[in-house]
Amino acid sequence: MNILEIKNLTLKKDNRILLDNINIEIWAGYVHAIVGPNGAGKSTLANTIMGLSGYRDFSGDILYEGRSIKNLSIDERARLGITLVFQEPARFEGLPVDDFILAGVKDKKTNLIDEALLKVGLDPIKYRQRSVDKTLSGGERKRIELASIYAMKPKLVFLDEPDSGVDIDSVKYIFEIIKEFKKNGTTVILVTHSQEVLKQSDHGFLLCAGKLICKGEVNKLFEYFTGKCAPCNHVGKPDKE
Amino acid sequence: MEKDKILNELLNSIGMHKMGPDIAHVEIHGNEVLGAHLVEGLFVESESFKDGVNIKIRVKKDTKIKNPVRFCFGLIPENGIQKLNINTVIEENASASFIANCTFPNAKNIQHLMNATITIEKGAELKYFERHIHGPEGGVTIVPVTKVIVKENARYSTEFELIKGAAGVIELDYKAEVEKDSTVDMKARIFGRLKDKIHIKEAAHLLGQGSVGVLTSHIALKDDADATVENEIIADAPFARGHVDCKEIVQGRAKARAVPVVQVNDPRAHVTHEAAIGSVDTKQLETLLTRGLTEDEAIEMIIAGLLK
Repeated sequence: MNILEIKNLTLKKDNRILLDNINIEIWAGYVHAIVGPNGAGKSTLANTIMGLSGYRDFSGDILYEGRSIKNLSIDERARLGITLVFQEPARFEGLPVDDFILAGVKDKKTNLIDEALLKVGLDPIKYRQRSVDKTLSGGERKRIELASIYAMKPKLVFLDEPDSGVDIDSVKYIFEIIKEFKKNGTTVILVTHSQEVLKQSDHGFLLCAGKLICKGEVNKLFEYFTGKCAPCNHVGKPDKE
Repeated sequence: MEKDKILNELLNSIGMHKMGPDIAHVEIHGNEVLGAHLVEGLFVESESFKDGVNIKIRVKKDTKIKNPVRFCFGLIPENGIQKLNINTVIEENASASFIANCTFPNAKNIQHLMNATITIEKGAELKYFERHIHGPEGGVTIVPVTKVIVKENARYSTEFELIKGAAGVIELDYKAEVEKDSTVDMKARIFGRLKDKIHIKEAAHLLGQGSVGVLTSHIALKDDADATVENEIIADAPFARGHVDCKEIVQGRAKARAVPVVQVNDPRAHVTHEAAIGSVDTKQLETLLTRGLTEDEAIEMIIAGLLK
């Protein structure tokens, strides 16, 4: 069953085509990857589906559980069960970790905070009283972001470059929580150009210069990505192949 | 009887109730001292005059006061003036923390004027926290003028908080002289609403070698509120270090200005400043929107964090 369908999606900005007639179907309950080199349009696609500002003026349609969400605001989409983790999470001066983790949770049980922090390998005693601010490292910040998503229990989550700017230890927990999301029935879409992250997915889509180049099972995509994308000279201009 | 009634009303307005014998406290309504309880090493003398009270506070040399001393200043009626002239001395190697609640829950036209001098003697420490509780309509003019002298190897930190109720008019003016190896840390956290007018002047003069000054102002404004923050650090001595941090979130028709002044008169001193004024950060906002919060809920959460 498809949880998400992208139909003929084209996004232009300043006379540049950022997404070019994208058609994608996302099966529910799997880990998907949107891969491609820098500037391929991966984050743009995720941001457009989430409805972020600057990504709302497009043609085509986005169907979530069979219903068009193109006219819904970000928070309306989130309340339907879609969410997104930014490549570089925002920092909030003074906002306690507790409040941040429970921000998207309807039934605000405090034991959920400990559970979520433990899932990403952070000690609740050390972290619950801290603020989601610049005193946290990039890895800690990302793990707290994922803990908040775990607590929220969305139906569909975009993780934009989940391994970027984090240490090896954090990467281990990030990969663990991706598995946990899948186990809990959350559909995951990884936005990445990392081969290690790509390996965490079941299925993927390859973008280049805003176009969908190919899609399929992860091994096939991995082969294509390493064999053709890495050495490709057509940066930003995919050839026919 | 009347005195007890006012005292209860004053304490109720700040959510404070009976305190144990090991907690020192002083309550002043208008120009009248309604209650006082002191602990060993703490001396408070007061003298009333027409619209206010002269107060002398002294913490004896080497005394470490365990629990924060609670002060409650305020006026229950809708109109009136309260002038407080406070002289505080924390003697050598003594330490204390003061929590002052200033409450004007029914204010329509009230002036709260404070003139304070604080001396923190060698090796001593004072933490001073001042919370204002105002009614929803404002109606209060607050003019706290404070001069602080922080002597060698001493520490002074102060925090001014006005988050509940409308601020009214605030003219806050704090000046600190910071001697060798001593530290001053001044924070102001204010939520301005309606037609509030807020003017904050905080200055630290780093006179001594190795002295440290940090000035922080976090202001959130909405409706037609107006705020100007002038923070100044002047470093005269070698290895003096200072930092000025001003953040203001502005909504509606509110206006904000920040005027940081940093001056270094010794090449071995170092002073930095950061100022950010504007609407709520888009990335912070969108992060909370992706959690399903409405825009109003998200802004409220961001502001609550900034003012925490």
